Amino acid sequence: MVDSLGTTSRQTPLHSLHEALGASFTDFAGWQMPVRYTSDLAEHHAVRDTAGLFDVSHMAEFEVSGPQVGEFLDYAVSSWLSPIELGQAKYSLLLNESGGVIDDLIVYRTGPFQYFVVANAGNREPAWTALKQRAQDFDVELHDVSDQTALLALQGPKAYETLMRVFGLEVGKTPLSELKYYRAIPARFEGEPVLIGRTGYTGEDGFELFIDVSHAVPLWQALMNAGGPLGLVPAGLACRDTLRLEAGMPLYGHELNATTLPVQAGLGRAVSLVKGNFVGRDAVVEGPGFGAPVLVGLIGDGRRAPRADYRIFSGDVPVGVVTSGALSPTLGYPIAMAFVDPEFAESGQGLEVDVRGTRLPVVVADLPFYQRKKN
Amino acid sequence: MSLPNDLGYTAEHEWLRMDGDEATVGITAYAAEKLGDVVYVDLPKVGQKVTAGSVVGEIESTKSVGELFAPASGTITGVNDSVVASPELVNHDAFGQGWLIKMTIDEAPQLLTADEYAALTGE
Repeated sequence: MVDSLGTTSRQTPLHSLHEALGASFTDFAGWQMPVRYTSDLAEHHAVRDTAGLFDVSHMAEFEVSGPQVGEFLDYAVSSWLSPIELGQAKYSLLLNESGGVIDDLIVYRTGPFQYFVVANAGNREPAWTALKQRAQDFDVELHDVSDQTALLALQGPKAYETLMRVFGLEVGKTPLSELKYYRAIPARFEGEPVLIGRTGYTGEDGFELFIDVSHAVPLWQALMNAGGPLGLVPAGLACRDTLRLEAGMPLYGHELNATTLPVQAGLGRAVSLVKGNFVGRDAVVEGPGFGAPVLVGLIGDGRRAPRADYRIFSGDVPVGVVTSGALSPTLGYPIAMAFVDPEFAESGQGLEVDVRGTRLPVVVADLPFYQRKKN
Repeated sequence: MSLPNDLGYTAEHEWLRMDGDEATVGITAYAAEKLGDVVYVDLPKVGQKVTAGSVVGEIESTKSVGELFAPASGTITGVNDSVVASPELVNHDAFGQGWLIKMTIDEAPQLLTADEYAALTGE
């Protein structure tokens, strides 16, 4: 499909299925993605209370392998990936020389000399280019497998039970019950390889399933058949955004960008300084300049939410800007993330947000806003 | 989506029900669906004089903010307090209980018919 600007808008392998379910679509990073099927709020609550199934096949996936794959990744991205165990995953940042973020990634170790990198759809090209370029001096091979890989995210307290009930899913030696958070196991669905990671972007327990595009529709249907009786519903990008915001998870282009250092976004833990040299290390060690803004949570009252780009004040002094915000469906009050002057970043600090010409009071709060009860 | 034939429509996705020189104004079901779940509605004060095309209110969903434009110049004569208390009425009954304001109209605006509006939205 070609939109009015003449740019091509891509569809995931599940597009017809979404249409049949009555989804509304939005353009996201050049893809026509389901924004909602019924209601943003109903889908949000379903993920918190039972489970939701997301098609996030627009995400980019790269396979990296070779004798020097660990050394390569340690140099190319922020976290220490060479020592992680087979099946382990790590949240990582792809930094530029100035320590800014090109993309945020999840990297899974899928073999002794093989890793699987998941990047944002909107950053597929810059992430691929940076990785390819950084690979030049290493004995590694990179493959962009985004076009043949579908990604389904099954999220919510009923995700595990749903997955256990899927007909045609065979896992290897490790049973699903032993699959821990940020671990992945290879499995087969109707004979087709599927990588199952216990990862997600909602703040709930859940799984992400990577499979060849040819098997995306039957896998979706098998998951819905298994989870439907448990309350599993299709869930769109609108609720994905409010879910990740409540969970305090950053979204590239909002909380992360090419000029903000990881530590400013509260992501110092995603950077390993002990592993040796990596792109962006010098800038990270030097740190941001004195008074550089830091990411905080904001809580308001009433029902009017601060939104991305709204300005924040202390009295008449501008002290920051909102990066994401919404009326929290789970909590019932407005929440937002924002970059503010560190002098005003202490929890409990009272500030004001300019909401389209009206100053509304907010209070700085710790992230995340929402944390699930762990078993 | 069926559009009531007795209403007039604007390109800003609002509907008007004319009764003499008073109009009841709301947003269309199409606009409500595009917004998503409405969670907050801000309406003008009764007695406020408004100019055609000016922003007189806001309709906010979890995802985004929509503006309510005065479809004509005139004076606000009523606001729907039920919709302020229960913003979801905009989604559930956009052309009925989800009405937003009543206003007198100085000069009747050019409105679209249901068919013309349907052609505009392609539905």
